[in-house]
Amino acid sequence: MGKRSLRLLNREYAAKILFIISASAAIIAVGLICVFLFLQGLPAMWDMGIIRFLTGTDWRPTWDPPRFGILPMIVGSLYVTAGAILFGVPIGIFAAVFMAKFCPRPIYVILKPAINLLAGIPSVVYGYFGMVVLVPFVRENFGGNGNSIFTASILLGMMILPTIITISENAIRAIPPEIYEGAIALGASHERATFKVVLPAAKSGVMASVILGIGRAVGETMAVRMVAGNQAILRMPHEFLSGARTLTANVVIELGYAYGEHRAALIATGVVLFVFVMIINALFSILKKKESA
Amino acid sequence: MEITNKFLINDVNLWYSDFQALNNINMDIPEHMITAFIGPSGCGKSTLIKSLNRMNDLVEGCKITGSILLDGENIYGDIDVNALRKRVGMVFQKPNPFPMSIYDNIAYGPRTHGIKSKFVLNEIVEKSLQDAAIWDETKDRLKKSALSLSGGQQQRLCIARALSVQPDVLLMDEPTSALDPISTGKIEELVLQLKKDYTIVIVTHNMQQATRISDNTGFFLLGELIEYGETQQIFSIPQDKRCEDYITGRFG
Repeated sequence: MGKRSLRLLNREYAAKILFIISASAAIIAVGLICVFLFLQGLPAMWDMGIIRFLTGTDWRPTWDPPRFGILPMIVGSLYVTAGAILFGVPIGIFAAVFMAKFCPRPIYVILKPAINLLAGIPSVVYGYFGMVVLVPFVRENFGGNGNSIFTASILLGMMILPTIITISENAIRAIPPEIYEGAIALGASHERATFKVVLPAAKSGVMASVILGIGRAVGETMAVRMVAGNQAILRMPHEFLSGARTLTANVVIELGYAYGEHRAALIATGVVLFVFVMIINALFSILKKKESA
Repeated sequence: MEITNKFLINDVNLWYSDFQALNNINMDIPEHMITAFIGPSGCGKSTLIKSLNRMNDLVEGCKITGSILLDGENIYGDIDVNALRKRVGMVFQKPNPFPMSIYDNIAYGPRTHGIKSKFVLNEIVEKSLQDAAIWDETKDRLKKSALSLSGGQQQRLCIARALSVQPDVLLMDEPTSALDPISTGKIEELVLQLKKDYTIVIVTHNMQQATRISDNTGFFLLGELIEYGETQQIFSIPQDKRCEDYITGRFG
């Protein structure tokens, strides 16, 4: 008896260690990325002058002396992300409401796997779809050469749909049915109960889905690179039919052949991207805190 | 005093898919009185009360025959279900305030039925909270989340919310089963006060509660109405052996 309980205790102890190691792995990975990125990126940023690096509008790595200003890329990332939100968020939230509250069973069993599939499609395939379908479509119907902020926004909007739909749908489903019934019992219609009570009640989950979607849009590289035109030129909002380069595209396009100061500037671009993502996560936690307060 | 009947329940049978939950129920529910439904779990009392405002419509595979007349009109006929639920309010077993402010909880009902004037809404909110005896506790924190209230307060808020659309009838499905004795006492007191303006139907597991507040009591078993009459009578000289067993067994 004593031996057996001791063995059980040991097994529990071993499991605990295993869990701690697994959990630490994630933290260590984040820590390592953080350390190396900042170690390699920050000094370069410092040498170039942080303000000049962040607000410089010229990206001329091959000039002599070279110029490394990443404002066009920062703005480019902001444009395509904002555009993705504009297209993706309303459609995503309405789709989630439909899935959770309106969808007839026979349609649901088709729609649900389809959305899961959408999440699993590699971004290069999205990029290919963008090149052969969206780019010509935008060129013919809106003008420009088709490789544009606008095209990238549509494509990114599509790519963040599964994130927004899945997480929002779960958030809506997690609202206790009693809340919905309370609204129905007051004489509210199904639509009114859903949109005025259930959806607001799921607000924090829906916000989480939007923020994760933003995170995906900011970080997306391959698909954006394939349709955005990638010119490192500072664009104004009304130039949405022109091409632009994002932070991610900047790194992936040039890192292959860059060396020395150029390479350091690209890593510093990565640092800026990383800070962006941290800001998004911080916003997320602040929102959550507000929600629970 | 002349008694008018609010509900006339005629030959009601109800099925959840293949399971028959109500078996040939016939009963009259008088106006401005408190009618209690008692019986062991699964006896159909909650099912019946949910039939009175057609909340059973939400249950998939629910089928009902017979008729339930509200002021002479069959609520299972060609009627506006939302209008019915406005007339027949409901308070649930577990307090279910909406996760929004106290004010918005109460204003939701009237807004649903088209009231937009801020002034009118303010009045309805105050009156409803007063009628549910929770105005004094909430008047300084109307903008605070309803979830910040205690369980008992939340339930009175839910009663106020039900009153906000000026119903004729108030259905209460074990409204105090999740509450402590003090909160329960407050709700019972409140129900007795509301009786003069509303017809109240209450499902309860608590025998003492039924005797304390109800005028009439129906005892249900396995989907059948076994005995129905004045509460006094049911609890002092039950006619049916099963009813007697249940009532005494609970105290035994």
